[in-house]
Amino acid sequence: MKKKGSKELPAISTASLPDVIFMILFFFMVSTTMRDQEVLVRYKLPNATEVQKLEKKNLVSYIHIGVPVTHMQARYGTAPKIQLNDTYKTAKDIGDFIAAEREQLNEADRAQMTTSIKADRETKMGMITDVKQELRRANALKISYAAVEGEVK
Amino acid sequence: MAGNKRKTPDINASSQADIAFLLLVFFLVATTMNTDKGISRVLPPIPPEDVKVEDQKQKERNVLLVFVNGAGQLMVGDEMTDIRQLKDKAKEFILNVNDEEDKPEKEDKEIDMPDGSKWVYTTSKGVISLQTTRDTNYETYIQVQNELTRVFSEIRQDVSMQKFGKSFDELNEDERKVITTAVQQKISEAEPRKAIKK
Repeated sequence: MKKKGSKELPAISTASLPDVIFMILFFFMVSTTMRDQEVLVRYKLPNATEVQKLEKKNLVSYIHIGVPVTHMQARYGTAPKIQLNDTYKTAKDIGDFIAAEREQLNEADRAQMTTSIKADRETKMGMITDVKQELRRANALKISYAAVEGEVK
Repeated sequence: MAGNKRKTPDINASSQADIAFLLLVFFLVATTMNTDKGISRVLPPIPPEDVKVEDQKQKERNVLLVFVNGAGQLMVGDEMTDIRQLKDKAKEFILNVNDEEDKPEKEDKEIDMPDGSKWVYTTSKGVISLQTTRDTNYETYIQVQNELTRVFSEIRQDVSMQKFGKSFDELNEDERKVITTAVQQKISEAEPRKAIKK
């Protein structure tokens, strides 16, 4: 065997390949979070410089506002919609949504509950204001306007 | 290497890479990278119905009105302003360095320091009231919010430098709490005005 192959190039050892892949795997496991819901609206968040990180993820509920994704446009049109959980809703449903989200948290955490508004930058304030009014009515006062960290224009 | 020793056969590890790849692909698909960031605000609670509106009215000199219309134009106080000047104007208003008559009143506030002593800080009673119309763009609104946040973070930075000789980011949790109680973010997000109909 040895005499035969002496002229061939030695094969590159792939023994360390699993280690490299595991390293990449661990990087992704640490730096990412689980995708928890399918987003049915398309939105491009506005830029801001003074953003803060949302700390405890399980205390955050999301309200997505934007134009429906392409395959839903046939049924729902292209006007901006509010998405709560996995369906399109109107601002009036926010009260129920907040109540349900609050129910899932334990008593001590309820005051810390934060609502993150993820709205497209082209949205009109009328819609945002309706959402804000409903949030006030539902007594969910801590909010965060989701934004991308970056220079404004 | 004469082979007089008995060897345990090696386990074939060539598929380990495939398994790791499989896991890697799973995590790539099932997770998201973007951490959530945003501008944090606390909405005012809805006032109880038996409280009269006048009770909560602020004195006129304490309120700086920032109004954004549908075309993205900005009015600060009673003059039209560019967004680049908003921060300095608002800061000047809040701080009221020269104790002017038409700028906010001040109030001495006693704050507990982490070492147990008291610290008297003169806070401004100024409030920035942000109003929009229903057809204002969200992006413009966030830009204005961003500028207003900068006002307060700059004041916090200054106070922190004076008091602790460190920048706000370097403070520990207790010291940070002192600064945030001293300089509170007073941005009121009122209900929108009705767009003026022609």
